[in-house]
Amino acid sequence: MAPINRRHIFTAVLLAAVAGCLALAPAAMADFLTPEDGGSPNADRIDTLYKIVFAVGVVVFIGVEGTLLYTLIKFRARKGAVAAQIHGNTRLEIGWTVGAALILVVLATVTFVALPGIRNPENSDAEASAVVAPVAAHGEKRVPPDGKALNIEVTGMQYVWRYTYPDGDDNPLNNPYSYEEMVVPVGATVTLDIRATDVAHSWWIPELGGKMDAIPGYTNYTWFKVTKPGVYRGQCAELCGRNHANMVAQVRAVPPAEYEQYIERLRNDISAANAAAAESRRKLDADPQATP
Amino acid sequence: MAADTATSPALEPVPQITAHEVTRERSGIIDWLTTTDHKKIGILYLVTTFVFFLIGGVEALMMRLQLGTAENTLLDPSTFNALFTMHGTTMIFLFVVPIMAGFGNYFVPLMIGARDMAFPRLNALSYWLLLSGGVVFYASLFFSPPEAGWTMYTPLSNETFSEGGGVDAWIFLVHLTGLSSLVGAVNFYVTIANMRAPGMGWGRLPLFVWTILVYAILLILALPVIAGAVTLLLTDRHFGTHFYDPTEGGSPLLWQHLFWFFGHPEVYIMVLPAFGIISEVLPVFARKPIFGYKAIAASSVVIAFLGLLVWAHHMFTTPSPTVVLVFFMMSSFLIGIPTGIKIFNWVATLWRGTIEFKTPLIFAAGFISQFTIGGITGIIVAIFPVDWQLHDTYFVVAHFHYTLMGGAVFAVFAGIYYWFPKITGRMMNEKLGMWSFALMYIGFNLTFLIQHTIGLDGMPRRVYEYPDVGNLVLYNRISTIGAFVLGLGILLTVINILRSVKRGPVAGPDPWKANTLEWFSTSPPPDNNFDVIPRVRSVEPMKDIRRQIAYQTGTGSEAPPAAESLVRG
Repeated sequence: MAPINRRHIFTAVLLAAVAGCLALAPAAMADFLTPEDGGSPNADRIDTLYKIVFAVGVVVFIGVEGTLLYTLIKFRARKGAVAAQIHGNTRLEIGWTVGAALILVVLATVTFVALPGIRNPENSDAEASAVVAPVAAHGEKRVPPDGKALNIEVTGMQYVWRYTYPDGDDNPLNNPYSYEEMVVPVGATVTLDIRATDVAHSWWIPELGGKMDAIPGYTNYTWFKVTKPGVYRGQCAELCGRNHANMVAQVRAVPPAEYEQYIERLRNDISAANAAAAESRRKLDADPQATP
Repeated sequence: MAADTATSPALEPVPQITAHEVTRERSGIIDWLTTTDHKKIGILYLVTTFVFFLIGGVEALMMRLQLGTAENTLLDPSTFNALFTMHGTTMIFLFVVPIMAGFGNYFVPLMIGARDMAFPRLNALSYWLLLSGGVVFYASLFFSPPEAGWTMYTPLSNETFSEGGGVDAWIFLVHLTGLSSLVGAVNFYVTIANMRAPGMGWGRLPLFVWTILVYAILLILALPVIAGAVTLLLTDRHFGTHFYDPTEGGSPLLWQHLFWFFGHPEVYIMVLPAFGIISEVLPVFARKPIFGYKAIAASSVVIAFLGLLVWAHHMFTTPSPTVVLVFFMMSSFLIGIPTGIKIFNWVATLWRGTIEFKTPLIFAAGFISQFTIGGITGIIVAIFPVDWQLHDTYFVVAHFHYTLMGGAVFAVFAGIYYWFPKITGRMMNEKLGMWSFALMYIGFNLTFLIQHTIGLDGMPRRVYEYPDVGNLVLYNRISTIGAFVLGLGILLTVINILRSVKRGPVAGPDPWKANTLEWFSTSPPPDNNFDVIPRVRSVEPMKDIRRQIAYQTGTGSEAPPAAESLVRG
């Protein structure tokens, strides 16, 4: 029986180590066990919700694995030991069924309490009031209580993200746009309309909240409000082809004034490029052999 | 033993086999190719699916090698995408689902005291359909293997974005293995409904047979949906239809709904028979009746029912109304209850037993400890706002490997070690089995525990490379090392099987002193399984038979069959 006992002790130590890691690590390494957060209030609230659920999970984990381990050690076959011929215990079984159900009721309640804060955009900070504009809510699209946000269109395509910024008029064809890096003003609530042109993609900047799929033919919505300047990185989270791994995205948060300068520069760059293209076209129309 | 029991008044010998003709025994390979014997078909299933398991395992190791370091150039993206597509497809369609059919084929007739499956030739057909599905799929290696993931999301799997025949090979695999499973499911259902030994009411059906029954019903409900869905994909790809094409009024989300309407029941199709194996193994080695037979049997049925209502929890990040998200979160919560009941009942089965630490029991205990983790993370990802962070990351990869690898596969290994003596007549090596378990257990947890953190740190799944940021390299390297330890553990069991088949000690009919009827026959059982089919008086007929023998021959110290054991169950 010696090797069996050694095996047994080893399993015990391993399980204890696993349990120990899960129980003790949060203090030491916060993000080792929890989702990314710190960029936007919705990400922070998901993080909080996760921590509550995780704590309940740890209790269940220690309860079940602890009982299993204790049972395996305590009731191993020994000389003279006789197994109790028990077929069941209705009261006990009803007890743990109700217990399991109660845990789930608690988790559901916590989720419903946390949900509005995660799902519904909040008002922009005062510092960013100049860059936000009224946005209409419709269907699943939610807007802040004051109805104002910076609404950016996110379009996924193999293998790059395109961002179209609002310009105040109703014509969507002349809006400033950028690829890969989105620039947003700090303190402004940014609402996103997420679409795709070819295959399914998924928009995700972990520190700015959950991911939302970009599916051709549909529009998906989410929001974030960056609280401090910086660069927040993410990447496409839905398999979109061979270069899926390199379909990266980043959000650069800057002060509102700098954002306005950025949009102005984008607009100038785009009109300069359009002018240059028109010039090339004119040259080519006149003489197809010309070097544009 | 059969001779002894034949003298018992309760086990009256009735001539039950009538020979209509005498056929010459076929030899070797022809016999295996033409067999309609459920045991031989079972062995064909088990061996074939285990080979696919090893192939899928090699694919996994190649992926882990690629991910062992940041920005690795070992594999190119198309190879990597093909690898995870083939790995997922192989493990699900060619390993876990059909190996359960393999165990079912071999043991359902034996456990219910039948001489074969209800439709032996249909049974052979179902095996050959499975094999041809596997061959058609793997033939794509020679032209262009599919790269769109085992979920084949449209539009990526459309002709525009996935040229070549890889996706078509996948579609035919789904059709062929699907037909195989449907035919097999009907066979299981009819066999279990009609061919039980006298006295074996529904309340005395072995728990493994219960789960195979539910497995069959789920297959019958889920497979036609995927068969229709992939046919639409096929016509989209080649015959000009636009079911999933958004530019022509079709819907990519339709595919996701149809796929997961099949895909989630498929998860329970894989894991329910695993639950059944655990429910058979634990009482034998704890020397104690299963705790709460009815609750365990009923929870399988409840899990199957709820399993049909949770599919859209795979789609929490798609554009869906809140009411849909809430419904599928709540239904996914609900399924945690019957699953929890099973875990509690298993632990209670061990409680106050006299646990013999044989390899099958150890794998079963490993199963419980790992499946519990998979269950807890399952509740975490069921909460849709939390899932927005976790979906399509390595957290989810870790979660489902805890249920399917740490769960179903560990149960399969428990089943292999438990039933190997019955199938081959020889025992497997216990020491090698222990080593195999130890390496698998350490390797598995090393591989997948850290993947939760990899996902929480923002690494999506299905990426062929990742940047060197944070601790990603360290975490991924731990995972890669773990995968190879796990592989080594599996290799030890392969060696164990190959050695023991020829050289293992002779097992005898009932080496474990088990509870169910398969142990009543010789090891391996003869063509028609039983000389006589005993009357079943409880959920543990072999325990009754052993007591009866001990009582009649005066060899044992055990009391005569207690009134309770005649009534219970």
